[in-house]
Amino acid sequence: MATEVLTLGKALNTGLRRALDRDPKVVIMGEDVGKLGGVFRITDGLQKDFGENRVIDTPLAESGIIGTAVGLALRGYRPVCEIQFDGFVYPAYDQIVSQVAKMHYRSRGMVRLPIVIRIPFGGGIGAVEHHSESPEAYFAHTPGLKVVTCSNPADGHTMIQQAIASDDPIVFLEPKRRYWEKGEVDAEAEAYPLHSARVARPGTDVTVVAYGPMVRTALDAATAAAEDGRELEVIDLRSLSPLDLGPVHESVRRTGRCVVVHEAPSNVGLGAEIAARVTEECFYSLESPVLRVTGFNTPYPAARVEEEYLPDLDRVLDAVDRTYGW
Amino acid sequence: MARDDDTLVQLLTPDGERVDRAVGPDGVEYSVDLTDDEYRGFYRDLVTVRRLDAEATALQRQGELGIWASLLGQEAAQVGSGRALRPKDMVFPTYREHGVLYCRGIDPIMPLSLFRGVDQGAWDPHETRCGMYTIVIGAQTLHATGYAMGITMDGKVGGDDGEAAIAYFGDGATSQGDVNEAFIWSAVYTAPVVFFCQNNQYAISEPIERQTRVPLYQRAAGFGFPGVRVDGNDVLASYAVTRHALDHARSGQGPTLIEAFTYRMGAHTTSDDPSRYRPPAEAEAWRSRDPIARLAAFLRKQQIADDSFFAEVDEQAKAEAVHLRERVLAIPDPAPDSIFENVYPHGSPLLDGERARFNAYRQSFEGSAH
Ligand SMILES: Cc1ncc(C[n+]2csc(CCOP(=O)(O)OP(=O)(O)O)c2C)c(N)n1
Repeated sequence: MATEVLTLGKALNTGLRRALDRDPKVVIMGEDVGKLGGVFRITDGLQKDFGENRVIDTPLAESGIIGTAVGLALRGYRPVCEIQFDGFVYPAYDQIVSQVAKMHYRSRGMVRLPIVIRIPFGGGIGAVEHHSESPEAYFAHTPGLKVVTCSNPADGHTMIQQAIASDDPIVFLEPKRRYWEKGEVDAEAEAYPLHSARVARPGTDVTVVAYGPMVRTALDAATAAAEDGRELEVIDLRSLSPLDLGPVHESVRRTGRCVVVHEAPSNVGLGAEIAARVTEECFYSLESPVLRVTGFNTPYPAARVEEEYLPDLDRVLDAVDRTYGW
Repeated sequence: MARDDDTLVQLLTPDGERVDRAVGPDGVEYSVDLTDDEYRGFYRDLVTVRRLDAEATALQRQGELGIWASLLGQEAAQVGSGRALRPKDMVFPTYREHGVLYCRGIDPIMPLSLFRGVDQGAWDPHETRCGMYTIVIGAQTLHATGYAMGITMDGKVGGDDGEAAIAYFGDGATSQGDVNEAFIWSAVYTAPVVFFCQNNQYAISEPIERQTRVPLYQRAAGFGFPGVRVDGNDVLASYAVTRHALDHARSGQGPTLIEAFTYRMGAHTTSDDPSRYRPPAEAEAWRSRDPIARLAAFLRKQQIADDSFFAEVDEQAKAEAVHLRERVLAIPDPAPDSIFENVYPHGSPLLDGERARFNAYRQSFEGSAH
């Protein structure tokens, strides 16, 4: 029986387990990933089964986690680093941006750093500050890094294995508020290539582009819109760098309308990049400007007002409505 | 349990016996000479901060706080060091220093607002002389160092009006680059700063062995300043050692690293499950070193306090806790558009427009069932 119903958290755990099983050079490292199984339990049970050399509890030092991963990779290992929360990646930012991203280029291809940096990201869990950030644009802006994010258990399960198998350094963003959502995982299903977008729901009227935590929101909006007779096509980008905008362009040429949704602030964010590219490619098909629905350009607010900050179904539907106003 | 009792400065044994003087690994002889009133005051502080902490834990369990980082077991380290501070000294806390805040006279509702999620811990650092809570591990040690450099530049060291800064952090934090940079900076600039590390033996699930192979206080030597390990469950020793280090700093002799050897009796935070990584017997063993019980034993033996005193302190702490609970439940949620406030001191056109659109959008729902 190849198909199981798993939460995203468990799907990632299963994917990590398969990667550890398949390749003895894969090591997991991070704070509390061992006995505790990570604060979200994504590495639950892995140290018990693979030992302390494969699943490594590190000192409390993010720059150290990524910096030593560089050395391990040079030595032939494939480190999978866990950063405990999005807001704690910045102590490692220098290692990621200045070292990890550039070594392949600087060495004219002689050095490969097959490092995966897993980061639970985004809001919606009522946490205190530094626990709900959306740092994707910092990384997507950096040449030499690849950035991906999963939105559902099936993708989580395959994408983490694909990322680990990849020779590129990959920032792997996990939508933490979706960790507990369930879905079917088919270990034998043929997987999408890692850096390809996916039509999550076909539709004819408006193209809604989302990724990570916002895919669920976009799908819910599509369900609501359908009751009013509007068919939204939801595209899950999956890969943020490189972007696979082929399916988006193809969709917008049919629908003529496009709304991009993400939790991160709009200013200089991925939505701007996507809007620009869609405009360039689909200018003559567009019935209205590409609109963005995003978090606001403020620091992530206190938990009691995060619902105001986060894009929700209503804000997506409102933007959909506005695309009809031109 | 990594223990090295020889080096531990202790002025009150776990049985409540007073030790007259103790020589620290820094060669300094430590002692305290307190009045009965002061002893009773320490006791009152310990009981009150423990009671308030317990109330906060209960509030979290009832869904009134998003999360809570309990100080249970660490009261003596916090009250001892907190009471050693002078009003002008500046405190740079992490996220568990509720006892230090209490000694600083900060309304205990302040950290609760943060953990309830109505704000981000906005007490006034200038007025209270206590920085806001720092969640990113170790960052505040550099802030303390810079502040201390400012004290030196202002000429406020070496004289009667000398000032000092103190940075609080955990054992896990000592692995961070920032903390090591703070040690280097403070040493080379002879900054009047005290590094107060509460070694509660764990960084979430990771035992101290995952952060260091040498006792933490010994690290200081490599950076060129004194390090001392104090019994963090002994309020008197914590007080004496911190007072000395602050004096050392404000007299122009530079930083000290204090390692308060203690134990986190509860979970890391209310989201944590210590049964996954901690043997129950370990916490049991530490229970016999409880900071409050030992001071109570001393007060009784010395007849500094009697039953009626202990009962009165309990009553008062309880009343404070009840009062705190009532106030927490009454904290209003922030106005939705408050999220746009204070991003910049003088606003920004981008945000002004965003806020206007946000309010118009919200108003469009008015009258609907939304
Ligand atoms: C830079 C950074 N990384 C990770 C975390 C998540 N985190 C919060 S507390 C903690 C453990 C801290 O342990 P320690 O410094 O010993 O202090 P304690 O909480 O035990 O007082 C971790 C890993 C964080 N807050 N900041």
